[in-house]
Amino acid sequence: MAGFKSTERYIASRDLEVAVNASVTLQRPLLVKGEPGTGKTVLAHEIAEALGYPLIEWHVKSTTKAQQGLYEYDAVSRLRDGQLGDERVHDISNYIIKGKLWEAFAADHPVVVLIDEVDKADIEFPNDLLLELDRMQFFVYETRETIKAKNRPVVIITSNNEKELPDAFLRRCFFHYIRFPDRETMEQIVQAHYPDIRKDLAREALNVFFQVREVPGLKKKPATSELLDWLKLLMVEDMPVEALRSNEKQLTIPPLYGALLKNEQDVHLFERLAFLARRGA
Amino acid sequence: MFTHLILGLRSAGLPASITEYLTLMGAMKAGVADYSVDDFYYLARATLVKDERHLDKFDRVFAACFKGLEPPEGVKVEDLPVEWLKKLAEKMLTPEEIQKLESLGGFDAIMDRLKQLLEEQKGRHQGGNKWIGTAGTSPFGAYGYNPEGVRIGQDKSRNRTAVKVWDKREFKDLDDTIELGTRGMKVALRRLRRFAREGAATELDISDTIRSTAKNAGLLDIKMVAERHNNVKVLLLLDIGGSMDDHVKATEELFSAARSEFKHLEHYYFHNFPYERLWKHNRRRHEETIPTWQVLRTYGPDYKLVIVSDGAMSPYEITMAGGSVEHWNEEAGTVWLERLQRQYKHNAWINPTPQRSWGHVRSIGMISELMEGRMYPLSVNGIDAMTKELSR
Repeated sequence: MAGFKSTERYIASRDLEVAVNASVTLQRPLLVKGEPGTGKTVLAHEIAEALGYPLIEWHVKSTTKAQQGLYEYDAVSRLRDGQLGDERVHDISNYIIKGKLWEAFAADHPVVVLIDEVDKADIEFPNDLLLELDRMQFFVYETRETIKAKNRPVVIITSNNEKELPDAFLRRCFFHYIRFPDRETMEQIVQAHYPDIRKDLAREALNVFFQVREVPGLKKKPATSELLDWLKLLMVEDMPVEALRSNEKQLTIPPLYGALLKNEQDVHLFERLAFLARRGA
Repeated sequence: MFTHLILGLRSAGLPASITEYLTLMGAMKAGVADYSVDDFYYLARATLVKDERHLDKFDRVFAACFKGLEPPEGVKVEDLPVEWLKKLAEKMLTPEEIQKLESLGGFDAIMDRLKQLLEEQKGRHQGGNKWIGTAGTSPFGAYGYNPEGVRIGQDKSRNRTAVKVWDKREFKDLDDTIELGTRGMKVALRRLRRFAREGAATELDISDTIRSTAKNAGLLDIKMVAERHNNVKVLLLLDIGGSMDDHVKATEELFSAARSEFKHLEHYYFHNFPYERLWKHNRRRHEETIPTWQVLRTYGPDYKLVIVSDGAMSPYEITMAGGSVEHWNEEAGTVWLERLQRQYKHNAWINPTPQRSWGHVRSIGMISELMEGRMYPLSVNGIDAMTKELSR
């Protein structure tokens, strides 16, 4: 079996590889948590790529119901068709709209299903999917048929920790927490994304990046995705290295900081710190 | 095969179940971890741990179970930032001891002694609520990595006297993760739920549709309604530190139950009595406080106010301006309590001390009077009575 490994574009640590391969082998869902911007969603894309399966994405919102992932029964259009005397009205299956999981179960070849940000939904959402994810089957009341997965899909679930997930749900998953990459891994990641970046620019930018992350009291610490956006901007602007270089102690607000700091309190905090540092110098 | 691992995890308070154990066995059989200790470690972790808060605990149990095997990469004590250990060393060892150890073997010797001490501590403080080893939530990850970042006390100035430093206890933020024993409270709190239809109309209202279709001489007239949501709003003020230390566990349980039960739950901390400032994170209570006025402005009168405090204090702290033990309060506690009560018509006070001892403490009687008797013990029955009162 072709396992999942780090690719040129996606650097996976060994523990992540083990967790993914365990979940693929045992055909159980993998729950991925971690700081925003550490590549949880991208992971599903990479797994699909590595295994050569198509990816079906189900993005969960606060209003999403578990049922919507299975199917929805459009009673309103059936009522309307009944009124208009449409022939279609006699077959109830014309009004069943298939959801993402149905799509995945019905596929002729195995697929990867991404259930993104499962914690955004109602607190009962994971509980409503227990049986479906365990047995990979569900029952359609309207047509009285049972939909069974032809091939058990690889299920990747991501969570941002906004809500606690129920124990019964957790018990059925493998779990992986993506730690924030250390400097060495980060260099690899940068290299993987921008192979032709100037060495000195990358080094200075990483210095600034880790310095920013260490500023106490930041509301949202910049993560990998912010770093990559920022580097892209720096490259497009063709920023000279000197603009990034600041001496050891002194804190200056980095150029194009809008890509790194995402709310005005953080920018204010940074400006204040930079001001204090200048005055102290 | 690895039963001692699972038993060790369970006794360390990590909720690993038989299902997960069998999954691990299945994965081993399927050859996911091929004869590599590291891979086995990663596999066991992915199977048995379902919450990053438990990772550290898992690492410690794993290390204890498989002592003598090669350790997984990167989990050596030496890899921890030196400052944490230094600070910890200062806390746990006397200066004389440090000097002696330094003369014996320098840094390594100190670390060894520290490790030993920590292990002893863990045994002794099992189930305690201090930051060292509360049944395994110790922030000090001698054997592991703790993704939350390990905090060993804040930097504090050294020229304070010993007593003052003690007063500035580093209160740990209440952990709302305690699950054991919260079910009863959850069921009791459920009574507070109040469903209301809010937001966009997305559900088909069958009875209204039938009615209006009939009115419409059989021509279909579809009516939609918004979905039902639980819209009860709760503002929770938690007393922390001082005499409340004895009740941390019970308060955590309450907090945990409330957290999962209400969508609109706002919580703030205070010390002894709510005055003009509250705070949201205990760790940063000295840097980040919020004026109580702002809280009053932010959360409207539709919130229900629940104050959790043992109410054990000197009467001056309640009635006098400047009575607070920590700072100079311009206005007396009674003034602030009255303001809170005026804003939040539905309010209650939960007292974690046993009800029979309330009569012995004068301040409790005073508060109970101020609350017009709406003081309830922190028990399932007490919460039940409180929800009845609050949902009137």
